[in-house]
Amino acid sequence: MGRYVARRLLLTIPVLLGASFLIFAMVYALPGDPIRALAGDRPVSPAVVQVLTERFHLSDPLWVQYWEYLKGLFSGDLGTDFRGRPVLDTIVRTLPVTVKLTVVAVLFEIVIGIVAGVLAGIRRNSFFDNFVLVSTTLVVSIPILVLAFLTQLLFGLKLGWFPIAGTREGLYSYVLPGLVLASGSLAYVARLTRTSIAENMRADYVRTARAKGLPQRTVIVRHMLRNSLIPVVTFIGADIGALLGGAIVTETVFNLPGIGREVFDSVKAQEGAVVVGIVTLMVFFFIFFNLIVDVLYAVLDPRIRYD
Amino acid sequence: MKLSKRSSALVATAIAAAMLMTACGGSSEGSDEGSTAASGGTFTAYIGEPKSPLVPGNTTESEGAKVISALWTGLVGYAKDGAVEYTGVADSIESDDNKDWTITLKDGWTFHDGTPVDAASFVDAWNYTANPQNAQDGGSYLSRIAGFQELQDGTATELTGVKVVDDHTFTVELSAPFALFPAVVGYDAFNPLPDSFFDDPEAFGTHPIGNGPFKADSDYVPGQGITLSRYDDYAGDDKAKADGMEFVVYADQATAYTDAEDGNVDIVDVIPPDVIESAQTTFGDNFINTEVSQITYLGFPTYDQRFADKRVRQAFSMAIDRAAISKAIFSGTRTPADSFISPVVDGYREGSCEYCTYDVDKANQLLDEAGFDKSQPIELWFNAGGGHDAWMEAVGNQLRTNIGVDFKLQGSLDFAQYLPLGESKGFTGPFRYGWSFDYPAAESYLTPLFTPQSLPPIGSNYAFYENQEVVDLIADGDSAASEEDAISAYQKAEDLIAEDMPMAPLFFTQIQSVHTDHVADVRIDLFQRPVWSEVTVNQ
Repeated sequence: MGRYVARRLLLTIPVLLGASFLIFAMVYALPGDPIRALAGDRPVSPAVVQVLTERFHLSDPLWVQYWEYLKGLFSGDLGTDFRGRPVLDTIVRTLPVTVKLTVVAVLFEIVIGIVAGVLAGIRRNSFFDNFVLVSTTLVVSIPILVLAFLTQLLFGLKLGWFPIAGTREGLYSYVLPGLVLASGSLAYVARLTRTSIAENMRADYVRTARAKGLPQRTVIVRHMLRNSLIPVVTFIGADIGALLGGAIVTETVFNLPGIGREVFDSVKAQEGAVVVGIVTLMVFFFIFFNLIVDVLYAVLDPRIRYD
Repeated sequence: MKLSKRSSALVATAIAAAMLMTACGGSSEGSDEGSTAASGGTFTAYIGEPKSPLVPGNTTESEGAKVISALWTGLVGYAKDGAVEYTGVADSIESDDNKDWTITLKDGWTFHDGTPVDAASFVDAWNYTANPQNAQDGGSYLSRIAGFQELQDGTATELTGVKVVDDHTFTVELSAPFALFPAVVGYDAFNPLPDSFFDDPEAFGTHPIGNGPFKADSDYVPGQGITLSRYDDYAGDDKAKADGMEFVVYADQATAYTDAEDGNVDIVDVIPPDVIESAQTTFGDNFINTEVSQITYLGFPTYDQRFADKRVRQAFSMAIDRAAISKAIFSGTRTPADSFISPVVDGYREGSCEYCTYDVDKANQLLDEAGFDKSQPIELWFNAGGGHDAWMEAVGNQLRTNIGVDFKLQGSLDFAQYLPLGESKGFTGPFRYGWSFDYPAAESYLTPLFTPQSLPPIGSNYAFYENQEVVDLIADGDSAASEEDAISAYQKAEDLIAEDMPMAPLFFTQIQSVHTDHVADVRIDLFQRPVWSEVTVNQ
């Protein structure tokens, strides 16, 4: 197992290098002049444009720019944005916000999604099953943008149960945005769990467990759930990787200064160093959580072995 | 100054959708207003993320400028009508020939770190800001000072035109006479900097030290904001009324507005267009409408064969019903423009733009005289993401209805591509442009937009308009002996421009602000910033 994990981790290095180059090339290929974007409607003097262009190697060919970036990377320098702020500082500042939001969202996915899925799965075609079916269809079909504004106005402004925006009330500020962010995935988790449970209901091992006279709770939790969770864990693992990439809409509407907003602004401003730094980190998260998922398979299903 | 529209078109449309769905019109007065303030005498204000570090010479966009205006007081202040007032650091700004100016400073002004504000604080700051090596956004504001060009070319390391005489006096030589120079130096780019700035400009940008009514209590945290408190040793008459204030960064105006409805942020100086109508009922007296310096234009590519004839440009201007667009698209919050000089400055004359009146018959007559080919569609250009789609389409529809020319919208480029395209004469038809004054003077609406020395990328003459008579008249105004003479020369130049119509003025901008019951005496100045020192807190 240890060797397997080590091999997988080593494999991430070329993947990250390749990904960072691709992102770098894409930012490089964006049309327009980032220096002009910086100044907006106001004209900038040609002398200033020249100074900034040289400082950020903007007129160099792609390979040279990427090499400069890599050189900095190996000495632990992620570069600076056009305002001279180190990219590392930006990540350190924005990542905790996104991590908190992700944790809250994933908790919702796990608690509400799995419980609803299990209940719907074991009581198929019951009222509750149909309720889950309808409500998840509804949630999946509403764009997250609309959902965010709706909940903000309803629960934040009209009812006053949750803060409208910002992080002033600590972790409590993350509850509403976390729920909004989780809504789509939550619906998928519920559906996946339900299908999986429903399938396993008819499995031989469940009948055996029942025949042994095990109580219903033990059959469901110890036997059925554990087997049914494999697709769910795959989904949640991939979802964590995606959520850590930041949620542009949720972070913007609820004014959470997270990494999604940062990368969105940076793409708009063509801040190459920031985009590459953050997106490469996202790629790493994605790979890492997929690895965790693979390891968890072995834990959930003793038949899977990696050595 | 630049127009900051941070919200993407995506978010903006969604806001509209969400607002509609919740029928936001009927919301009653906030249920728990005013009671949320924990400490006495402080208030909070909305800003968007500033684009640059908080250094006055590097801040030319609206959001950072709001913070700068709380932290700094410049050489002069401006009255409500834009006239220069000596309420700042300068005791006098005098010249015999409008070219060599002597600036005398008042006693007793100090920076927030206790060091005195002296002549060197200004001279050093100006030298730093003008030097292209420092890449300061506001550098071009100093371009009238002698030696600026040499500094840009790299043949000099300092502005030769600025010299310290003694602690309280310095002289400024301009490269050409300019009667309105005192009006220029009140702007942020001319603010003084303390010695500590030059030791570490980067650290200074996060913890700025100014000479204004408020001082920074905390570092600026990107995405979050900065806390200020009253500077007790402030030497000006406009001492801060509140004990302190906090700028809170919002990624989206709509969120800030919703938060203000709930009383969580006290002052939101610009609200999204789609909530303007409901805001008037929700906020009542706390809703403020202010006419500001910005003019929106429809520019014409004078280099294009089809728009080379001034009669064509006049006709297009007359074929647009500005009032109807203002009413339908902007809920009446744009004033139909009738001059090239904004009403917020001295020199505005009502109706000075003859061809800005809506007259379809005259327009068609002019087009026929000019032999304009109506069968070919025109292209209408504007930048993406600034909320210009709806009204540009309305302009196109009016042109189609009124003069029978079909149109195609070209609105997919953002600023980074839009301006370079204009620079390379790439606009193939009428284009949107917005302009706010650099300083409150009629001249600031003429030189930067309509003279050959302001051709892009140095200036904003995107119409590529050249008329030697206009240049001469502006120069006459610049070197005039009195302000009245100057203004009358500028007005003559304006008349020529109005006849040639390189750009059609469409709207004068008004902005809408709201504040909670927690604060009072909120006023928006001509630079579109709340006057922070005047704000009082209801305890």
